[in-house]
Amino acid sequence: MWKWLHPYAKPERAYQLCSTLQPYFFWPAVLCILVGSVWGLAFAPQDYQQGDSFRIIYIHVPSAILSMSTYVAMAVAALVGIVWQWRTAFMAMIAMAPVGAVVTFIALFTGAAWGKPMWGTWWVWDARLTSELILLFLYLGVMSLYGAFEDKQQAGKAAGVMALVGVVNVPIIHYSVEWWNTLHQGATISKFDKPSIAPEMLWPLLIALLGFALFIAAVTVMRMKNEIIRREYHRPWVKEMVQSAKETNHAV
Amino acid sequence: MNPRRQRRLAAVGGAGLLIVGAVALMLFALTDNIDLFYTPSEIVEGKDGVKPTVGQRLRIGGMVVPGSVSRDSESLEVTFKLIDTGPQVTVTYAGILPDLFREGQGIVATGVLAEAGVIQAEEVLAKHDEEYMPPELAEQMKGIKHVKPSEGSYE
Repeated sequence: MWKWLHPYAKPERAYQLCSTLQPYFFWPAVLCILVGSVWGLAFAPQDYQQGDSFRIIYIHVPSAILSMSTYVAMAVAALVGIVWQWRTAFMAMIAMAPVGAVVTFIALFTGAAWGKPMWGTWWVWDARLTSELILLFLYLGVMSLYGAFEDKQQAGKAAGVMALVGVVNVPIIHYSVEWWNTLHQGATISKFDKPSIAPEMLWPLLIALLGFALFIAAVTVMRMKNEIIRREYHRPWVKEMVQSAKETNHAV
Repeated sequence: MNPRRQRRLAAVGGAGLLIVGAVALMLFALTDNIDLFYTPSEIVEGKDGVKPTVGQRLRIGGMVVPGSVSRDSESLEVTFKLIDTGPQVTVTYAGILPDLFREGQGIVATGVLAEAGVIQAEEVLAKHDEEYMPPELAEQMKGIKHVKPSEGSYE
């Protein structure tokens, strides 16, 4: 069933796949983020309670949701790397870690900026905020563990184990607002019920969410390509690629 | 799948189960400590049979009872009642209230239990719900009119 995936264990094929996918991720991402944020920030109606301050939702919610999705994707890559011993899987894992860390930081930062005017505080140690902060530390842990080893296959294994252990935090973040009393409100769109947000506010949010997702994918494949080249620069296929790129440049 | 991969997958799965179990037990044991606040009925009736004692520092979260907010005309002193589903608790506070503070709003206050059912708060935070809608719709659905914080009146 998964046989079609196997060729991508080879760095060369993975590199080609990344090159093919990159424009399909990048340009729609730019479009969606532009449309979503302009629509959300300028044209969506005010909130009945929070007025204009609620508009930070168009940055905060996509980054918060995707900080968790990116972590799960990173952990899947780590699992594949550990069980199937694919070198490219570890490369994908480490390509995603800094992206996820930045997205988590954006979620925490915009959350603080939103919390100050609405709640009256930048930070409170409630379950949702604390578990999201732990997510940031998990990303940083994966990155530094990977950086600590000279042998990158070994580094991938160690960081992969850490990434897998951290998965337990993802459902905790999601359900923290239900399991415990928190200052943070409950889920608005990521629940099975009808979203508790008016449709004219929801659409730009969904577009921004799609835009953020595509942007993360685009940055991930770019970083993945870099990682492949960094690890494989002495291989013949890289040399050939550089050679042919030079030739085309000269021809131009 | 070859046996080596199977073995690795089993090892990862087993370790995963152990970790999930350990974390679940830990969180279950810590439930009370992870809760951010007491509710008014927990303050009056006690939580798991333990009543908070006078002088104890605590957080309380509840809904501001409509019509219970009274301001001192000389100072920033403000008194209001909080409710969840049971009895009410009085909160006194001196300071600036957050923008979202209004009657019927959920809030979280940190302070000291001054006497049974009265909390002297040092910090008042507003909680907001997960519903977002334009002001016109809110007026139709909930009968809530959006009041700009600067034009709000608590009397």
